Amino acid sequence: MSVAVMIPLMILGMALINLAIRWPVYLFANHFRFPPIIERALAFVPVAVLTAIIVPTVLYPGDGTKLDATWHNPALLAALVAAAVSYFGKNLFATIGAGVVAFLLLRWLLPI
Amino acid sequence: MAASEVLEGRTETPGSEALRGLRDTLPFMFGSIPFGLLFGTLATGAGLSAWETMAMSLFVFSGSAQFIAVVLLGGGSGIWVVWFATFVLNLRHLLYAATLVDHVRHLTQAWRFPLAAFLTDETFAVMERRYRTKGGGANAHWYYLASCCGMYANWQFWTFIGITVGQNYPEVQNWGLEFAMVVTFIGIVVPLLTSVPYWAAAITAGLVAVLANPLPYKLGLMLAALAGIVVGVALDIRKRGLDAPASGPAAQDPGP
Repeated sequence: MSVAVMIPLMILGMALINLAIRWPVYLFANHFRFPPIIERALAFVPVAVLTAIIVPTVLYPGDGTKLDATWHNPALLAALVAAAVSYFGKNLFATIGAGVVAFLLLRWLLPI
Repeated sequence: MAASEVLEGRTETPGSEALRGLRDTLPFMFGSIPFGLLFGTLATGAGLSAWETMAMSLFVFSGSAQFIAVVLLGGGSGIWVVWFATFVLNLRHLLYAATLVDHVRHLTQAWRFPLAAFLTDETFAVMERRYRTKGGGANAHWYYLASCCGMYANWQFWTFIGITVGQNYPEVQNWGLEFAMVVTFIGIVVPLLTSVPYWAAAITAGLVAVLANPLPYKLGLMLAALAGIVVGVALDIRKRGLDAPASGPAAQDPGP
């Protein structure tokens, strides 16, 4: 399938998935009951999914085929800076600012 | 919610409720400006046309899912991976709907549909607080709808501005701002690490994601997410028993 066809299809799919998640509870509001174990599992979803996206993105820079867990990897160091700022500062915008500035500085400073 | 809280609130008109809803949503609208800009600016660099970028904001209307689509497309992922990530990540909206459903049960389906389709993290935060502090009220759904419309219009506007910036200054896409999306995810995850089960879920997910990275079709991502959830729930059950209620703070979200 060509990319030109794929992107609109991807967007349509994402829209339908979101609707399939947000709508049914209100649609069937009068017959609705949630299994408690599912609610507990849902609480772990953001942590698990986002970490599973962050870690490989940071550790496999560029085309994503070669592991780079050394200090030559600016994304890795900047991610650690951002994590530290987030942990101690608890502020999303400070975290983003610190992480991006660290990334740009390190990319410029580090020998490739 | 106690019945007295409902009775305390004066009967507001649809207009006054809508104004209050919009006013209480304003801080969140300001907060999602940078994310809308960033999405609009970078999506075109990840292979989306201006129209496709706009369409994604118009029809998907989910900041985290839209960010993930850009990051994953940039990394060469396929359509199924983006769908899977959208589904799993936005499952939390089920929890939001389950929390608010008592307050919309009396409405017609024509009302319930938009209130569900536009239920973002921000509007959930606004509505949860409103129902908890002021209770319902005959026209509370106007307050809810105004919050939805405010977030939606705001998100479309800043996506559009972002697209314009990206098209007029394409060099912005080489500044390394795509890293801002990764850092945004870090800024969402770290505050969620409030107890051992959450730490364990994150460490497991990260470890499995790296070990399983060579698998085709980004199967490693799905495997890692599932492993993290299973480990987290298992430790949570060990810690608090089988019948404890769901725990943990709700995630902050980039944009809607």
